[in-house]
Amino acid sequence: MRNELDFLQVEDMIGDEERMIRDSVRAFVKEQALPTLVEHYRRGTFPRSLIQPMAELGLFGPTLADYGGAGVSELAYGLIMQELERGDSGLRSFCSVQSSLVIYPIHRFGSEQQRQRWLPSLIAGEAVGCFGLTEPDFGSNPAGMRTRARRVADGYVLDGTKRWITNGSIADVAVVFARNDEGEIQGFVVDTQTPGLTRREMSGKLSLRASATGELIFDECYLPDSALLPKGDGLKAALSCLNQARFGIAFGVVGAALACFDEALDYAKTRVQFGQPIAGFQLVQQELVESYNAIVQAQLLSLRLAELKGRGQASPVAISLAKRNNVAMALDVARRARDILGANGIVDDYGAMRHMCNLESVKTYEGTHNIHTLIVGQALTGIAAFSA
Amino acid sequence: MKILVTVKRVPDPEQKVKIKDNALDLSGMNFVVNPFDEYAVEAALRLTEKAGTTERLGEVVVLGVGPKDMTQQIRSCLAMGADRAILIEGNDDDLDSEQVARVVTAVYEQEKPDLVLMGKQTVDGDNNQVPQLVAGYLKLPQATFACSLDLAADQKSLLAAREIDGGTENKRVPLPAVASVDLRIVLPQSVKNNVTDASHAYPEGPRYASLKGIMKAKRKPLEQKSAADLGIKDLAPRVQPGPGDEARRATPAPSRYQSGVCGRANAEAHRRSEGLLGLTPNVNAFTVPAPRSAHERGDKHGQRSIGRGAQRR
Ligand SMILES: Cc1cc2nc3c(=O)[nH]c(=O)nc-3n(C[C@H](O)[C@H](O)[C@H](O)COP(=O)(O)OP(=O)(O)OC[C@H]3O[C@@H](n4cnc5c(N)ncnc54)[C@H](O)[C@@H]3O)c2cc1C
Repeated sequence: MRNELDFLQVEDMIGDEERMIRDSVRAFVKEQALPTLVEHYRRGTFPRSLIQPMAELGLFGPTLADYGGAGVSELAYGLIMQELERGDSGLRSFCSVQSSLVIYPIHRFGSEQQRQRWLPSLIAGEAVGCFGLTEPDFGSNPAGMRTRARRVADGYVLDGTKRWITNGSIADVAVVFARNDEGEIQGFVVDTQTPGLTRREMSGKLSLRASATGELIFDECYLPDSALLPKGDGLKAALSCLNQARFGIAFGVVGAALACFDEALDYAKTRVQFGQPIAGFQLVQQELVESYNAIVQAQLLSLRLAELKGRGQASPVAISLAKRNNVAMALDVARRARDILGANGIVDDYGAMRHMCNLESVKTYEGTHNIHTLIVGQALTGIAAFSA
Repeated sequence: MKILVTVKRVPDPEQKVKIKDNALDLSGMNFVVNPFDEYAVEAALRLTEKAGTTERLGEVVVLGVGPKDMTQQIRSCLAMGADRAILIEGNDDDLDSEQVARVVTAVYEQEKPDLVLMGKQTVDGDNNQVPQLVAGYLKLPQATFACSLDLAADQKSLLAAREIDGGTENKRVPLPAVASVDLRIVLPQSVKNNVTDASHAYPEGPRYASLKGIMKAKRKPLEQKSAADLGIKDLAPRVQPGPGDEARRATPAPSRYQSGVCGRANAEAHRRSEGLLGLTPNVNAFTVPAPRSAHERGDKHGQRSIGRGAQRR
């Protein structure tokens, strides 16, 4: 928000260093990424040319202080996500997956060999990662997954399909979850060139078009023992990754909302109907005020969450609350902005409809809105409404 | 090779300015590094590095004159890669060209750099006087409005292409010298140092501060001094506006070159460079625009902004 509109002086809650990081990423997104992004969104492709510049800025694994990471704060990480998603949710998704769902688990749960093999190249943008949890028949309920990891001499054989995998078709490495002979879920770090793994790009998406979404098909795919994520406790490890990513989403969608709001406000002030700018009509002002109001609330929520996370005190429920609230907020702001823009709102010269369509995916992935409602509901009542 | 780069903070050109008592109201303003100074930092970094490596071939010292809060803008130059900084305390409102030139001269005497690199002007006052004054006081050769710089292999001289009304002028200055830079200095191949491969193309524009650069910046030395420490009595402005001065407006007579037909190649180069920078050329391919100040250039959605820095959110 322009500073004269920052009525609650939210800006004061951000330190100098974090502000510099945010502004540097913002300038990059506005000047270098956005023009490319819109073109790729049209074509339904991921802008790979942005990977190297993002790595040079230090956007992959930025909170790590080793293996080439810059060691920035949780708040800085959140603000990076905000600025990326101000550009496009697809770009932010790429970085969320690379940092929170691939670099993070390999760093936290991986063997030294896995760390050495993958972290420097993932952080330098030389390798791309993906995270395979969801299956065609198991989305909200990943605990039911069917992908099997059969024990054989010196390793495992994977069989099954992972679907809806961001970066799936372009990744060099996949963090994948499968069920072992004992029925427990275990994580694996898989080189995507491994024989027995085939990949397919998913087509026909009307959302997150500037992101690669793929399917991983394991057919008698042999993995050595060293592929097992040794320190992770199965599904718990997967959920702890998702916590990192959801935290980033809570910030990211504020960026998408701000992009839509700024655009709608500018438009409303200059679009004249009935002899006056449409911003002068009470109904339009109400739309703008509702949007503004919701954005400020979401900003404060995510800033508080970053503070807690910095202290290691952000609980999964708190993160669910923020993901749920902020994504719904952003979707609502994007729809209002689309409406204020009238017919112009449906073309991609403006960002509102692109953001709006993207946010439909964001509402679904990383735990659907409903599922987060049930997580918070369970925490409030002590009764789980979603266990079979 | 040691380069002293001067940096001023200016009100963010992207925000609406407020006028109070016939003057700019700077209270509550958001400040950014003067865009031309940001270009000077970029040029200094290109001169003192082997592109593609982390090797530093020299030292870049940033000099700011301004209030204590200006450390924010100075840190952003350190985050880009400058090695250390000096801040001489002064009031935004008080700084006039003469005083700033005296400060730069005094710091030059202490630091003895091989080159003083400056923005051609600041986008607040658009005075365009300090580089020339500094060169005069120091009796150093000067190359103003440089749009390209080529450092000799022996590091004893600098070949500058200068933007002048009729096109560009090439000028070789022995070092130490004073140079001021224009917009095109940040094009991909405008700066050569005879170490970086001559065919190397930089991304256009001043570099983005990387996360690591930003983290390192807080540990880089930033010396804060007063004018008195430099033997300068005070920084009160030497030129006082007369009554009604601020309110007077005059339209300058059009330049002879404003719409004149110049060499086609040159005009074409100018047009192309403007296009590359994402700025809308305001002339056709056969005319050379009179130099415009940065804040007059539009910064529409998706186009490159020439100044960056803290736009607040
Ligand atoms: C663009 C995109 C990228 C993705 N990237 C990845 C990735 O990188 N890695 C990965 O593993 N997955 C990824 N996913 C998958 C995503 O996490 C799943 O789509 C999500 O978990 C929802 O699963 P589902 O689509 O099977 O929906 P379902 O689980 O079938 O849900 C359908 C609907 O039913 C509702 N519902 C389900 N159960 C309940 C209940 N108990 N109570 C109330 N309502 C319920 C849901 O809220 C939803 O509205 C991605 C998805 C998309 C769209």
